[in-house]
Amino acid sequence: MAIENSGNAQGRGLRAWINARFPLDTMLKEHVTEYYAPKNFNLWYVFGVLSLVVLVNQLVTGIFLTMSYKPSAADAFASVEYIMRDVDWGWLIRYMHSTGASAFFIVVYLHMFRALMYGSYRAPRELLWIFGMLIYLALMAEAFMGYLLPWGNMSYWGAQVIVSLFGTIPVIGDSLAEWIKGDYFISDITLNRFFSLHVIAIPLILVFLVVAHILALHEVGSNNPDGIEIKKHKDARGIPLDGVAFHPYYTVKDLFALGIFLVAFCAVIFFAPTFGGLFLESPNFDPANPMQTPPHIAPVWYFTPFYAMLRAVPSFLGTQVWGVLVMFGAIALLFFLPWLDRSPVKSIRYKGPITKAALALLAVSFVVLGYCGMRPPQGIYPLLARIFTGVYFAFFLLMPWWSRLDSTKPVPDRVTSHAH
Amino acid sequence: MLTKNLKAFLAAALLILPLTTLQAHEGESYPHAGNDPYNKASLQRGARNVMNYCSGCHSAKFVRYNRVAQDLGIPEAELKANLMFTSEKTADTIRTAMSPDDARAWFGNVPPDLSLIARSRGTDHVYAFLNSFYLDPTRPTGVNNTVLPGTAMPAVLSDLQGVQTAVFKSEEGAAPEFVKFELLRKGTMSPEQYQEFVRDTVNFLEYMAEPVQTTRRDLGIWVILFLLVFTSFAYLLYKEFWRDVH
Amino acid sequence: MSEEVDQGRRRLLTTATALTGAVGAVFVATPFLASWKPSARAKAMGAPVEIDVSKLEPGAMLKVEWRGKPVWVVRRTPAMLKQLESAVPYLLDPNSDGSVQPSYAKNDARALKPEYLVMLGVCTHLGCSPLAKFDAGDVTVSADWPGGFYCPCHGSKYDLSGRVFKGAPAPSNMTVPPYSFLSDGKILVGADGAASA
Repeated sequence: MAIENSGNAQGRGLRAWINARFPLDTMLKEHVTEYYAPKNFNLWYVFGVLSLVVLVNQLVTGIFLTMSYKPSAADAFASVEYIMRDVDWGWLIRYMHSTGASAFFIVVYLHMFRALMYGSYRAPRELLWIFGMLIYLALMAEAFMGYLLPWGNMSYWGAQVIVSLFGTIPVIGDSLAEWIKGDYFISDITLNRFFSLHVIAIPLILVFLVVAHILALHEVGSNNPDGIEIKKHKDARGIPLDGVAFHPYYTVKDLFALGIFLVAFCAVIFFAPTFGGLFLESPNFDPANPMQTPPHIAPVWYFTPFYAMLRAVPSFLGTQVWGVLVMFGAIALLFFLPWLDRSPVKSIRYKGPITKAALALLAVSFVVLGYCGMRPPQGIYPLLARIFTGVYFAFFLLMPWWSRLDSTKPVPDRVTSHAH
Repeated sequence: MLTKNLKAFLAAALLILPLTTLQAHEGESYPHAGNDPYNKASLQRGARNVMNYCSGCHSAKFVRYNRVAQDLGIPEAELKANLMFTSEKTADTIRTAMSPDDARAWFGNVPPDLSLIARSRGTDHVYAFLNSFYLDPTRPTGVNNTVLPGTAMPAVLSDLQGVQTAVFKSEEGAAPEFVKFELLRKGTMSPEQYQEFVRDTVNFLEYMAEPVQTTRRDLGIWVILFLLVFTSFAYLLYKEFWRDVH
Repeated sequence: MSEEVDQGRRRLLTTATALTGAVGAVFVATPFLASWKPSARAKAMGAPVEIDVSKLEPGAMLKVEWRGKPVWVVRRTPAMLKQLESAVPYLLDPNSDGSVQPSYAKNDARALKPEYLVMLGVCTHLGCSPLAKFDAGDVTVSADWPGGFYCPCHGSKYDLSGRVFKGAPAPSNMTVPPYSFLSDGKILVGADGAASA
């Protein structure tokens, strides 16, 4: 059987037929088998691929949950219990989805921290970083909308609090909050539209952004723990001397990392799905009750650092909007990171003690703020929240200065890595 | 390099670890109920307790009788004879005979559905609650509860537990502080028997909140074992290929 | 640096990992596929239905719903049972070889007790619900009509036991569900019982 082959078509038979009509092998080469990644990736480099795996988990389990879930105020809570009890294996699909939501933020936060350590946001990767930040924003919106869907009491009151934040914006606040809700209160109407956004709109945006993120990465090539550009030293064939083909070297390494991740992921799903109330909160096992607020409203743990910042800022000139601005500002600042960092060197390995202290302080602030956000605003927590909000903002706002002031070590020409 | 990364990872884990001590229920610490979800005999007694003492007022509208029978190993004849009062069909869910309107008229409140109570309040909380009714003439039911002050629920188990009073310590200017309970009138059960009764009851309530709990845990062991096998192969494969890289 | 690549070992490890991974993939896929099976609620709603036939007049028919389909109970008179014989020459499958019914309904009356016909009122052609035309000689069907059921959608004809006529578009006799008698006046549709005729 003669197969028509035009110029670039590779392979034989069916493969050649496809390649003549679709850039299958071209794409595989460009993005997998001949994408040369630095050979010195360490543990911190695993979180990108894990994010992708968790995204797929959320999409697939989400699709199956949507088959049984009912997006109405009257039926939502009962439909979740229907999934947990009556649908064969529904409980597992539900726990995979709820654990996956928290896992997503764990891997994404670690992924972002890697970028901070090694300067992966620096030129020429600014757009990569921006796509990543947009993914982070979309992810937060997705998680927030998703949390309303079980229509538990924490779902209801959490949504109430967050939508009210928009109400604090002067002049347009009340109309804006009403517009978001589609009603005068968080109602069946709000639930239905959040369902649509959570199930279709934001997932589509997320998938598009992830593709853009990976394309942007592949366009310039990956950074590495030494922060040096491996494309500067290539061999006779044009392959970076410090690069290894993504497949098979990083496919097998990521497979191993995936195994470890899955052990932790499944340990939570099968042995501690509520994770002490952090992943599935107890008040959410009560149906939404507009007449009764839970004794203690807190957002899910991955939002608590920002919630702490929100509460840390007092009312001023009769409006609460400052806290809202600080909260959004904390996220907005991250977008500017590529331009705030004035160090001549990319990676923390070749920076001095100031950077190391600053980064450590940032990490500590984020965790402490997260803890504060979970607790009622009493005792030392309000003070702690204020102090560490200050530390967080100082990290970014003072970065143009401390990044320049810090000492640096000579950056090697070639990557440093240990024998595997 | 590896040890440096491992140190950073451990440091992060140590930072996160305190978070896991966060209890599911804010500001509460109750004596541990000590119930065993794997103890079918206890669960069966608990089912009997809940149906006989609770289902008169409380529904469990997400729980099907036939599921209870299947999970607890109860034959259909006994299920129908001993546990089903408001329905003939074993596939039905547990409904209460008391209507919400009557409940509001008699108690001021609709007794909450019990399907998820052990998950929303916590098993230990419910265990403590059932132990903490005390005589209080100022209340319409004549009783109050230290775990849920002002509860509209009567002390339905007082025949078994007996009647107790609560001793409070009043200090100048401070709210009275609970000290201990004192048994005023003995019930039909000894304190040990009553504790076992409550433990069985709370065990069944915990089962109702998540019937699949024991299956989930049992399956989890196999899943982790499988993943460890897979990860071992993946590790060997990774090491084998990376011998190419220097 | 000068180590030889042990291709055999690589192949072995790759195969081992791939096989384990494939097994894992099957393990993961199973719950998702299984979740499509009828849920406990579907089974509860599709549970057998009790029908009280104690008040059913001879010659009359009642309809109930079971698993979303109409179930007919016809209390046949002796005359109607006689009409069954005259229908036989018209029938495609008088012995119910090609249709769905429990073993106790594989007879002329297609029933546990001939007096009561219990049948799914669904035409085996394309699923319409046929009309009851019990009277022999009912000219709205045809002059030689032996009595039975007539489907208005495409003209399929059935006798008083739901057996299909030759030449009708319907390919088989109407389905008889499993059923049993809880007592003389109560039929349980959806489950075979210990109580048989």
